[in-house]
Amino acid sequence: MTHEALAVFWPFCLFIIMLFIIGLYCLIVTFNLIRALIGVEILLKAVTLLFIVVGYVTKHTAMMQSLIITMIVLEVVVVTIAAGVIIGMHKYNNSLDVRNLRRLRG
Amino acid sequence: MAINITVLICLALAALWAVMTRSLLRAAIGLALTSAILTILMFRLDSPVAGVFELSVCSGLISVIFISTISLTHPMTKTQIVQHMKDRLSRFWYLPVVVVIAGIALSLAHVKINIKIPAPEEVKDARYALWYLRHADLIGQIMMLLAGVFGVVLLFKETKKK
Amino acid sequence: MSCLLILIPLATIIILNLPLYRLMNKAVFWAGCALCLAQVYSVVFLPKDFWNAPLGYLALFFKFNLAVDSLTVLMLLTIGIIVFISILLARHFFTEEDKRFNFINLLIVILAAMNGVVLVKDIFSMYVFIEVTAVSSFILIAYNKRRDAFEAVFKYIILSAFATILMLTSIALILLISGDASFAAIKIALATSPHSKLVLFAVSLFLAGVFIKGGVVPFHGWVADAYRAAPRIVSVLLAGIVTKTVGVYSLIRVAGSVFDINGPVGGVIMFLGAASIIVGALEAMEQNHFKNMLAYSSISQVGYILLSFGCGTPLGIAGAVFHLFNHAIFKSLLFVNSAVLEEKTGTQFMNRLGGLAQKLPITGATSILGSLSTAGIPPLAGFWSKLIIILALWSSGHYVYAVIAVLASILTLAYMLIMQRRIFFGTLKEGFENLTEAGFWILLPTLILAAIVVGGGLFFPYFLNNFILPVGNILK
Repeated sequence: MTHEALAVFWPFCLFIIMLFIIGLYCLIVTFNLIRALIGVEILLKAVTLLFIVVGYVTKHTAMMQSLIITMIVLEVVVVTIAAGVIIGMHKYNNSLDVRNLRRLRG
Repeated sequence: MAINITVLICLALAALWAVMTRSLLRAAIGLALTSAILTILMFRLDSPVAGVFELSVCSGLISVIFISTISLTHPMTKTQIVQHMKDRLSRFWYLPVVVVIAGIALSLAHVKINIKIPAPEEVKDARYALWYLRHADLIGQIMMLLAGVFGVVLLFKETKKK
Repeated sequence: MSCLLILIPLATIIILNLPLYRLMNKAVFWAGCALCLAQVYSVVFLPKDFWNAPLGYLALFFKFNLAVDSLTVLMLLTIGIIVFISILLARHFFTEEDKRFNFINLLIVILAAMNGVVLVKDIFSMYVFIEVTAVSSFILIAYNKRRDAFEAVFKYIILSAFATILMLTSIALILLISGDASFAAIKIALATSPHSKLVLFAVSLFLAGVFIKGGVVPFHGWVADAYRAAPRIVSVLLAGIVTKTVGVYSLIRVAGSVFDINGPVGGVIMFLGAASIIVGALEAMEQNHFKNMLAYSSISQVGYILLSFGCGTPLGIAGAVFHLFNHAIFKSLLFVNSAVLEEKTGTQFMNRLGGLAQKLPITGATSILGSLSTAGIPPLAGFWSKLIIILALWSSGHYVYAVIAVLASILTLAYMLIMQRRIFFGTLKEGFENLTEAGFWILLPTLILAAIVVGGGLFFPYFLNNFILPVGNILK
């Protein structure tokens, strides 16, 4: 790896791991379903940043961009379906608390 | 180089604000802000096409979906939120400690990374790569959008009879 | 030519959704059946060279990277059969026309997506099609909009999104080391690159993600809730084919193309398989709810597939894939029977049922066939696949695992027969005097599946040479 690419790689890796931990923290800690979805979104942004850095370092930017465009399209549909499920759940329970999901046992 | 580090710190701060803030609406706005800063990073790292996509879709469409979901459902009451924030911090006190210790350990380990990168590619344009080289992904995206249409028709349609 | 298997269903959906409402509502059922039957027929009767031939004039528009080998052929056959069964069931269970229309459209989407999963030779495209399958199954599980269905779907969505993160991270790491994401390039990178440990770590992350999406042990937390809360056809579809394609086929394809199975990787897979068999069988014995028992029995049978695959010999791989096909058939048969039971009696708890064989004769008979095939009794199809697995284990020297397989087979026989006795034999409990046999559109899939179970056992030598033994050569 060239020296310049290595200099780019290190701080980006650090911040990707930090973003990953922030997303995981949001997903694990929260009691609200919409915040769980926001945590998943932040995790996906961390992975997108990882793809960009890999593309810059290996100079394969064109391939990486096409993969990222595909990933963004897939992610949008998943978020839409999850939002629909949350709205459907709200009609039954009238609250968005994860603790109400204790009806399910494993 | 210094610009990159500044933008990265802004990204981390925006994500942290989106997670820690009390109101749900501000969390959704924080997510949109995170997407916008990620777009700036994409422009700096030679990926303009993906940056435009990310800005328009993630920071636009997904924020619209989140804000409409939030407005269709009622948030928790004020006292519940404050109580929840207080005991959330005390339940997971060990997470920042673990991160700091891991950072110190990694920096002391002198990890050498010298990855042999593969050869650079011939095509330089993302649009060429997507439209000519990766047809299977395109078909996958079309299928995903069709599945999303059926899902939206199912989940968002109001029942006529109560 | 093999891209037609993806493009024709896609074109069918686009044509079906043109605004010609009256015609399309009636046509959707026959279009779906025609697609599945065409897939089954063409996979069985057309040679493999037809599928691998280039496209002719279509090659001007589409350049896919798809390939068909023996494993793909068997998976395409299984997918075609099970989706055909589901379309027949949809005719029975959904009487309102637009609900049925949307449901069958979603079934065609999932057919095209699963065809895509088994046809591609590139790890990112496999992720794309796995994601489409997962999203379609979210919508299908939430189809009747019940409260526990929504809760089960949300849990599955979060777990599936986490699995997506794992799979994408692994793809990014693989692309860092080798510039190309296809299976051949990964195999070269594992063999020759100086960073092969990183590639190994990346592939194991991908497999962990695939296991979470597929509900394989040890990540099967969302499976039981989703099966219980989903509509009945969706349980048939999920248990029969979706988890097997997404979970088990991806493992076989990725591990088979990338690793050398005779090494330590095979040992890990065999251990996981043996653990699944034992955990699944023990849990199934103490279940009172019929669908729960079937879900745990699925986990146990997937353990057999993993055990046989891990041993690495061509006979082992052939046995694993044949057991995959058999399991799809007999497990779908048992789930269809459970759907009939639930519709007629309203309960799934086995201690409240009894003596139903007098009232539901055909259901009872096919249920016995399905149970005996699960347990591996000759001359049904399940016996042959279990025999191949045990022979493969014994001949490659894993005597302990062979003994575990035989003992677990006896356990399987035990709980299946207990279930049969409690539900179908014995005295008729009160309140069930007025039951009639199920309608035509449910009985037809049951009879088709039972015929395949019996025919697969009786005509086994024909299948052996044409379909099953070539699968063992996919690693060469």
